[in-house]
Amino acid sequence: MKDSIISIDDVSFQYPDQTAFALQHVSLHVQRGEWLAIVGHNGSGKSTLAKMLNGLHYPKEGTVTISGLALSEENVWAIREKLGMVFQNPDNQFVGTTVQDDVAFGLENNGVEQKEMKERVQEALEKVGMTAFLNQEPHHLSGGQKQRVAIASVIALRPDIILLDEATSMLDPAGRDEVMNTIRSIKDEEGLTVISITHDLEEAAKADRVVVLNQGSVYTEGSPQAIFQLDQELLTLGLDVPFPVRMSQLLADEGLILSQRHFTEEELVKDVWTLNFKK
Amino acid sequence: MMEKIILGRYLPLNSVVHRMDPRAKLLFIFGFVFVVFLANNVLTYALLGVFTLFVIVLSNIKIQFLMTGLKPVIWLILFTFLLHVFFTKEGEVLAQLGFLSIYKGGVIKGAFISLRFLLLIFVTSLLTLTTPPISVTDGIESLFGPLKRVKVPVHELALMMSISLRFIPTLLDETDKIMKAQMARGADFTSGSLTSRIKAVIPLLIPLFVSAFKRAEELAVAMEARGYRGGEGRTKYRVLAWHGRDTAALLVLVALAAALFGLRS
Amino acid sequence: MDIKFQEVEYRYAAGTPFERLAITDVTFHVPSGEYVALIGHTGSGKSTVLQHLNVLLKPLQGEIEIGSRTIAAGRKEKNLKEIRRRVGIVFQFPEHQLFEETVEKDICFGPMNFGMSEEEARQRAREAVRLVGLPPSVLERSPFDLSGGQMRRVAIAGVLAMKPDVLVLDEPTAGLDPRGRREVMELFASLKKENGLTCVLVTHSMEDAARYADRIVVMHKGRVAKRGTPRDLFHDRASLTALGLDVPETVRMQRLFEEKLGQPLRQLCLTPEELAQEIARLQGERS
Repeated sequence: MKDSIISIDDVSFQYPDQTAFALQHVSLHVQRGEWLAIVGHNGSGKSTLAKMLNGLHYPKEGTVTISGLALSEENVWAIREKLGMVFQNPDNQFVGTTVQDDVAFGLENNGVEQKEMKERVQEALEKVGMTAFLNQEPHHLSGGQKQRVAIASVIALRPDIILLDEATSMLDPAGRDEVMNTIRSIKDEEGLTVISITHDLEEAAKADRVVVLNQGSVYTEGSPQAIFQLDQELLTLGLDVPFPVRMSQLLADEGLILSQRHFTEEELVKDVWTLNFKK
Repeated sequence: MMEKIILGRYLPLNSVVHRMDPRAKLLFIFGFVFVVFLANNVLTYALLGVFTLFVIVLSNIKIQFLMTGLKPVIWLILFTFLLHVFFTKEGEVLAQLGFLSIYKGGVIKGAFISLRFLLLIFVTSLLTLTTPPISVTDGIESLFGPLKRVKVPVHELALMMSISLRFIPTLLDETDKIMKAQMARGADFTSGSLTSRIKAVIPLLIPLFVSAFKRAEELAVAMEARGYRGGEGRTKYRVLAWHGRDTAALLVLVALAAALFGLRS
Repeated sequence: MDIKFQEVEYRYAAGTPFERLAITDVTFHVPSGEYVALIGHTGSGKSTVLQHLNVLLKPLQGEIEIGSRTIAAGRKEKNLKEIRRRVGIVFQFPEHQLFEETVEKDICFGPMNFGMSEEEARQRAREAVRLVGLPPSVLERSPFDLSGGQMRRVAIAGVLAMKPDVLVLDEPTAGLDPRGRREVMELFASLKKENGLTCVLVTHSMEDAARYADRIVVMHKGRVAKRGTPRDLFHDRASLTALGLDVPETVRMQRLFEEKLGQPLRQLCLTPEELAQEIARLQGERS
């Protein structure tokens, strides 16, 4: 594929103490500037894949190329500068004692000069709307705010790709919106490539493309609209479908006529109305 | 319960003491520990007391607040006092309690030592109350910097300290949560014999350890993902700045030491 | 067992420079056998209210009636064990409290603290494990070898084994996958229906509140902002959005549909199933 920023070719992986493969012959390409959602239930291999993209695991077979760099022990630090990660637990990735120290941590690791560091910390916090919290300590922040700081820490390093590994799964609904809106605006501004790994299909619905993983393999991929047409199949994979899709199914079960599984409430209502009520 | 402890807490106020370089404060306290031992009579202790009071006033921290923070150690001070009162046999006898005699020298010595203790607690509390913990760590890292040459892992130790500081509130919260969850299941942490109380802590400690290990593991992964690979080639975000007032503070301490030296008997 | 809050106030770190008002003037009633949902934003005071339900926190103002006991501000309270047995709390992420070598021992921890014999406690552990839908073989295993979902169930079983009259649930489905969420919520609903348990659910999910609760208490900035049945409460969307909350998706969809229809449906539908049936019924009527 042309202009792939990430190429995963026929990758398999096995944890040292396990017989089963966590990933089996996975091939995936991510376009520059794309928002890709990788969904799957717990144990589907999605977290293993995330860790591999950051060089926290290496494939047993196959190759991974990120921003033109083949994943290897020599390249791993360069790759980590290109691809930043936001993890699930907001507390367990907050290294600094205050917001600004945390954002600076990654810059310090990469030997950025002090003066430039100050500027980059400020700039990154502006982008996530957290400048008012510069000297705040993490235990005074909400989960959503901590995740926004984690995002700032990533973008301060000016990566090409940001990878969200279930970054919203421990947040309340307000925090989830807060984080997703932040990601959306940064992606648009910076032209970043976003990969979000999630079991929340509402979150996946915001992506350009969805990949469904099951038992370590790619089960299917497509646009969110296309994926959600598979409602019953998704449920058997242990995934939930967004409300309008579920509502479509329930209405169809009640004998109403629908042209397809709908994706937004407005379209669904319109469809129900025109096909069943308008005479 | 935990919220009453002031040692290790930081009060973000604006004062000249707050603005001092943490290295100067650390050196000052280190020096003060020795200077306190120079006092040995009423005059020198009075001078020390007035001096400490002056520093407290400079820091803008209410003395009542420091007093409430004394509560956990008040028994220790009292115990030290009584120990001297009962076991020092100097000067005239003030009172006779059965087989115990109380000597004037004992009371004076007890009072002096308690006061010395008190002053040390005040001044060290002032350090943490006026300095963000991260600055204390930075100060220590910088002061011990030369030890890197003899292969002391100063950077790693400082990082460990700052991460511990960062996680103390998180772990305290967690302790509170687990404690409440176990109390809701009928656990009793406050009554019963010593052995039953020690046993009661197990349902608290095990979940706490399990979670701390999990946190440590995740944190290590997150640090690696953000490019942490040891102190080599690392820059520092926080830069310490030594001002005239820092030098002045240390000179004042030297002057105090000289005065005490002159006035001690 | 009834629980009544009467103008309850609580402050954290009272009397220190770090003092913070958590809740004030909180008055509501949990009638015996009902299912009450407590909703509101993070920081609205929900979890402070929750900790008063079994007197882990004592009110600094006002009083709380729990069954026949009254807990009033400023009084020393002794013998809280009976209250704690009768009001069981399942905290958020309850699997974090597991500590024993085996699941059975862990579940027995509560019952035995409340003075039950070991034999009786083990009997209850077997029952509780069955209730939460785990096989009996799990009793001999270490809780730390289980999956996240199984650990959650074991922790819930540990509270159920106390045979409480009131079950308090703090976000019991947080972090579970969709299937696990449904199963856990159905478990509590059936305990309420079949065993007459009183339930208090603290939740962010308007869907769960609408589906399961008999009444809802809305907390906002440490105060009770609204109280009522789900139908009453979700009827008025504007007053909820003013509190930064929203109505369930089902209600939003119903409103959109009513706009097209030009008239309201017979009543507010609280679950998607109900709404689908109502639309189908209307369609049948029209044709």
